[in-house]
Amino acid sequence: MSANTTSPEVTFQPEHTGGTKRIWKIFWVLSALTIVELGLGYFLYGMGNSIGYMTIISTKIVIGLLTLAKAYYIVSVFMHLGDEVRNLIMTIVVPLILFVWFIIAFLADGESWKKLRNTNAGSIPDVTEKVAPAAVNPGDKK
Amino acid sequence: MSTTTIPAGTKWWAGGKSPFNASYGKVMMWYFLMSDAFTFGAFLISYGTIRFSVNHWADPNQVFNAFPFAGHANLPLAFVSLMTFILIFSSVTMVLAVHEGHKMNRKGVEKYMILTIIGGIAFLACQAWEWTHMITGDHKVLVDGVIEEWGTTVTKNPWGVPVPPETLTQMGLSATEHVNTPGPIAFGGYFFGITGFHGFHVLSGVVINIIMYIKTKLGHFDQRGHYEMIEKAGLYWHFVDLVWVFVFLCFYLV
Repeated sequence: MSANTTSPEVTFQPEHTGGTKRIWKIFWVLSALTIVELGLGYFLYGMGNSIGYMTIISTKIVIGLLTLAKAYYIVSVFMHLGDEVRNLIMTIVVPLILFVWFIIAFLADGESWKKLRNTNAGSIPDVTEKVAPAAVNPGDKK
Repeated sequence: MSTTTIPAGTKWWAGGKSPFNASYGKVMMWYFLMSDAFTFGAFLISYGTIRFSVNHWADPNQVFNAFPFAGHANLPLAFVSLMTFILIFSSVTMVLAVHEGHKMNRKGVEKYMILTIIGGIAFLACQAWEWTHMITGDHKVLVDGVIEEWGTTVTKNPWGVPVPPETLTQMGLSATEHVNTPGPIAFGGYFFGITGFHGFHVLSGVVINIIMYIKTKLGHFDQRGHYEMIEKAGLYWHFVDLVWVFVFLCFYLV
């Protein structure tokens, strides 16, 4: 399809077959994924306090997985990483696996801090109800 | 574009050629994007840590429920969805520009680059509106027994624990008023910091795209024999879109 040459270090010129059809198809896939995410987001907003903690967490995890799917399509198709040599793909994808450890470790850290704060480093029982201030007069400390 | 059919047993590391079958510039752009991915990842994950470490965090559906020209209508997620679609669409036009470049079609590249630039500017305009709306907001906050009106800035967070209705009536106010206590101060820093850093990437991406457009129009790539620079600019632009997808997830959706 093209007679252009890239730099001389490229041994095997890429074959740019395929038209714009695939690009538009992925646009619709990304849009659909976004709409599903938004739908789930609205579900969380609408149901508010009437759904259980586990339902909220699972819905958020599903939304996260949909975002990962979007990321896959953008990187693989739009950025053409899926068409590159396997070693280049691995160079990019393998270090990103570190994010799994990164996310789990730091969110667990955050939870641990909250617990330590709430229990005064383990010395008092956990009081996690949101305590709002009682009516105060101007000038009082909160 | 399909994966090139490369004969088995190709000695990639023998020297004299790129071991990834890609030009130096393209490989380096990928490496840069990796480093930027870790930077944004670090910002977003630290945001997650802080958010997990406090008992009460702002509800994004309350904070981000405005839409330009819609007054005080309660439209959670609407404006940010528009911003997401603008960026996705500009990503598509960028891929189409790269595609036209493969066909050495200068006019096609020009057309799609213009559309991508317009998309980028539209996104920046939206982000500017969002920031202005946040900073100049007036939300009632109970501070030291006095009701103040706060916008959301890096020093003020009016989205803390709501004051219970009994306390409001005790103070002589209507029980249906929305009055909060100050929230964790980290909220503003993270929101403006991360969206600002991302917005800065969008801005630099728009500038790069404008330069690419000018170079295309001047015929530099026709002279060179390939449009690979458009492809590299495209990688950067898609990365910007990708980061936004995750910012959208972390700040607005979950």
